[in-house]
Amino acid sequence: MKFVRLVLANLMRAKRRTFLTVFSIAIALFLFCTLRTVITSFEASLRASNASRLIVRHASSLVFPLPLSYKERIAQVAGVAGVSYGNWFGGYYQNPKNQFAQFAVDISTFFDLFPEVLLQPAEKDAFRSERTACIVGRGLAKKYGWKIGDQIPIIGTIFPGEWRLTVRGIYAGETRDTDENTIFFHWDYLNESLPDVRKNQVGIYWVKIASADMAAAASRSVDALFENSSQPTKTETEKAFQAGFISMIGNVQLLLSILGSAIVFAIMLVTINTMMMAARERTTEIAILKTIGFTDRLVLLLVGGEALLLSLLGGALGCGLAAIVFHESDFTAGGFFPNFRVLPETIGLGLVLAAVMGVLSGLVPAVQAGRLKIANALRKVV
Amino acid sequence: MASENGNLVELRDVHKIYRRDRIEIPVLQGVNLNVKQGEFLALMGPSGSGKSTLLNLIAGIDLPTKGEVRVAGESLGTLASERLSRWRARHVGFIFQLYNLIPVLTAAQNVELPLLLTRLSGKERRDRVKLALELVSLADRDNHYPRMLSGGEEQRVAIARAIVADPTLLVADEPTGDLDAKNATEILTLLKRLNEELKKTIIMVTHDPHAAERAHVTVHLDKGVLAP
Amino acid sequence: MGIPISYNIRNLYARRVSTTLTALGIALVAWVFIFTLALAGGFQAALRSTGSRDNVIVTRSGSTAELTSIIARETASVIAGQPEIARAPDGTPLVTSELVVLWNLERKNGTPTNVVVRGVTSKSIPLRPNVHLAEGRMFRPGLDEIVVGKLASARFAHCSVGDRLKLAGRQWTIVGMIDAGGTAFDSEIWGDVELFMPMFDRPVYQSVTFRLDDRSHFGAIQKRLEADPRMSVQVKREDEFYAAQSEALSALLRGLGIFVTLIMALGAVFGALNTMYAAVGSRTKEIGTLLALGFSRRSVLASFLLESILLASFGGILGCLLALPVSGFTTSTMNFASFSEIAFRFRVTPSMLLSGIAFAAIMGAVGGFFPARKAARRAIIEALREA
Repeated sequence: MKFVRLVLANLMRAKRRTFLTVFSIAIALFLFCTLRTVITSFEASLRASNASRLIVRHASSLVFPLPLSYKERIAQVAGVAGVSYGNWFGGYYQNPKNQFAQFAVDISTFFDLFPEVLLQPAEKDAFRSERTACIVGRGLAKKYGWKIGDQIPIIGTIFPGEWRLTVRGIYAGETRDTDENTIFFHWDYLNESLPDVRKNQVGIYWVKIASADMAAAASRSVDALFENSSQPTKTETEKAFQAGFISMIGNVQLLLSILGSAIVFAIMLVTINTMMMAARERTTEIAILKTIGFTDRLVLLLVGGEALLLSLLGGALGCGLAAIVFHESDFTAGGFFPNFRVLPETIGLGLVLAAVMGVLSGLVPAVQAGRLKIANALRKVV
Repeated sequence: MASENGNLVELRDVHKIYRRDRIEIPVLQGVNLNVKQGEFLALMGPSGSGKSTLLNLIAGIDLPTKGEVRVAGESLGTLASERLSRWRARHVGFIFQLYNLIPVLTAAQNVELPLLLTRLSGKERRDRVKLALELVSLADRDNHYPRMLSGGEEQRVAIARAIVADPTLLVADEPTGDLDAKNATEILTLLKRLNEELKKTIIMVTHDPHAAERAHVTVHLDKGVLAP
Repeated sequence: MGIPISYNIRNLYARRVSTTLTALGIALVAWVFIFTLALAGGFQAALRSTGSRDNVIVTRSGSTAELTSIIARETASVIAGQPEIARAPDGTPLVTSELVVLWNLERKNGTPTNVVVRGVTSKSIPLRPNVHLAEGRMFRPGLDEIVVGKLASARFAHCSVGDRLKLAGRQWTIVGMIDAGGTAFDSEIWGDVELFMPMFDRPVYQSVTFRLDDRSHFGAIQKRLEADPRMSVQVKREDEFYAAQSEALSALLRGLGIFVTLIMALGAVFGALNTMYAAVGSRTKEIGTLLALGFSRRSVLASFLLESILLASFGGILGCLLALPVSGFTTSTMNFASFSEIAFRFRVTPSMLLSGIAFAAIMGAVGGFFPARKAARRAIIEALREA
């Protein structure tokens, strides 16, 4: 502790250099946190997924529907505590660029399967009792300025035409990662508006299982029921389903990681250079300290500690900046990341990275300082 | 501290050879020296005679190629690097020709440096620093940076730093070499006081005969050997 | 008279370690710059050039991708009879009605993914100038044979010529591989549309594509078809249709790339500043000597500035060399419009490389300016004294 003042004083020796170095490290870590948040935002849906919920869909393609008649048979499978169903609507609001999720869901079972969708009781009742009603997520309501009672027109792409839905509720998500950017409306309303040949076809079944560890067994049982029919199913946990999508974006995550590494490495090179330059100026001072009796090890720690302190300062600045800039901000990158926020783990990781950078960049100067022979250094001056 | 015959410093047949690339440069060639506790010794000699080298050996900054250096009861050659550092912190105060204060620290912070190696508390350290600065009559400049001090003042701060940990031995390498006559006299008077009032043993390298006059004993070093 | 460049080069060499570290840092920034340009460029190229300006694609009104579109047989016949459609050498109209579904396939590493399966006709390849058969032969209509795109073949399991793939409950033999020049079709699987329709239980098409006999006729045919009360369709130029699919993601990729590179450049500039300030600091005496010798302050400024730009450009060239191997790398991402996996190639173009070097040089100029100015301002005596 008493040495901290010495270390700090040394950093203030060349203020401009110290500030430049701290800022460049801050920049590197700001970028690192941002890129990492892109990755964690992609995974937000994984964090929010319900471990006791399975997704059942057509085995061959997302595009093919399943018969409504499957519901009863699925409900009888061992371990199944509830079944609901819905169709991905895939429409847009006003303009093809405004795309977000819409699901036509079975009202009678929806809330049982989706406890994380939170609604006022009055709104729930209103939603249930009106066929053309819908509930919208808080995020969507905020983005488009929708209020209860508004009639919003959704242009269908899979189910063509303009569909008018009345907002009867604005739901909030149970956790910070729960999606709040979806519209849910009545499946019956969709179904009865379709031509006969397209009626009673379900896009996706949601299955509630009694406990999470029954997931694998229940999935296999459901699929076994239909595997030889003309519409076989594929059942998996919600997490696995989301992960499948993420894996398609997957490579981009790897690329972002590569980017992040390149950035950190580049800045570290710069920092090493700076530390080495700084060290060269201090040989006589190191010699003086050793003359006074500072041991080799202490001097090594002081010089290394300086680099570490610089890096931690830069790291705190960069990570802190990222957290503040993206905290509760409206930044969604055009709707890609409804929930772009910097996780505590990301900040922690950033600080660790800064610490590692500090140790590595200070290594050479510190070791050199430790090894310095007083007599050699002093002979230049005295 | 001192040996039975009152010697604080004993050098026996000390040799020092420097190696530059493949060339060997002998600097000290069989030096024998005794310094008694409480003595003020001046070490004189022409340029290149090895005075500074000898000083470095006594202060434990360098090790002899051959021979024994005993200071304050320890044979310095036998000490491992870390123990040597600790020994030095406890026993030696070094004063350089070019003050060598750390520019980013205030006078008081510079003086405090040797105390950082002890287990004294913050308050204890501050008290000692105050005392040391009072001794060199610079108590009122304690929070000034070296660049705000004159040459003489800087050297006095350096002396304060050298004595603040109450070392057994004070070693000075051309302490007045860079000062004008007036400042030089001040410094030498201070050193004399430290020797007489605080009983500090002082070994001083100088090429100035007037400075040497202030010491008890003067020895001459020429071509690596002490003149008889 | 200016200070010779050899002075700068020798100094850079004398401080080898520092020079190398700084150059490497700048090289990495240039690399990141080119990398992100190549990524976004490759993705957009894949989708944009999928379509051709001479072709028109008709889908159901409101669809953003073929997947969600439905075009009945009767509608397709009406469209195929339009007068503006160009003729093939044999006199038949150059028009194709196609079916598109998503299919669950496994990648070579075993993980599942969604792939576009397209039912095509004999006109499908002639209509698309950048698609040709690369290996094997085209499938014979009526038989359970299919062809695969070359990127699909590289990424998905059991997708090589000669393999058998299970689709819609039947085994199909892969008899050929098409090369679509890095566009979206390279990630698809093609088969006979007349066979696919009953197999996938989809008695409808997803799109009708044809070649215009004259580009200027687009407006007329678009107006006529979209106003026709028998059908509810949208008529678009094929290149614009596919380009729209990539817009959002490539805008995101490019935006991210620019954001990252700019900020990283800031960090690199700080690094260059540090290096150059140190260089100026350690060469104070030299500067004083140069000034005393009669070199003007302006030439000292120019010299240090040049040194910084040289250093940075060297880093930029290094970055370009490091970026070259990236070109041609295949990667994939999700086509959000069709929820299918689309593979694409990194594309490093000469202009990207030049931009990288220019970018590095600019960083060098910015990072060198202030230190250079400081160097030029030093008073001669002060500089000579400080030794």
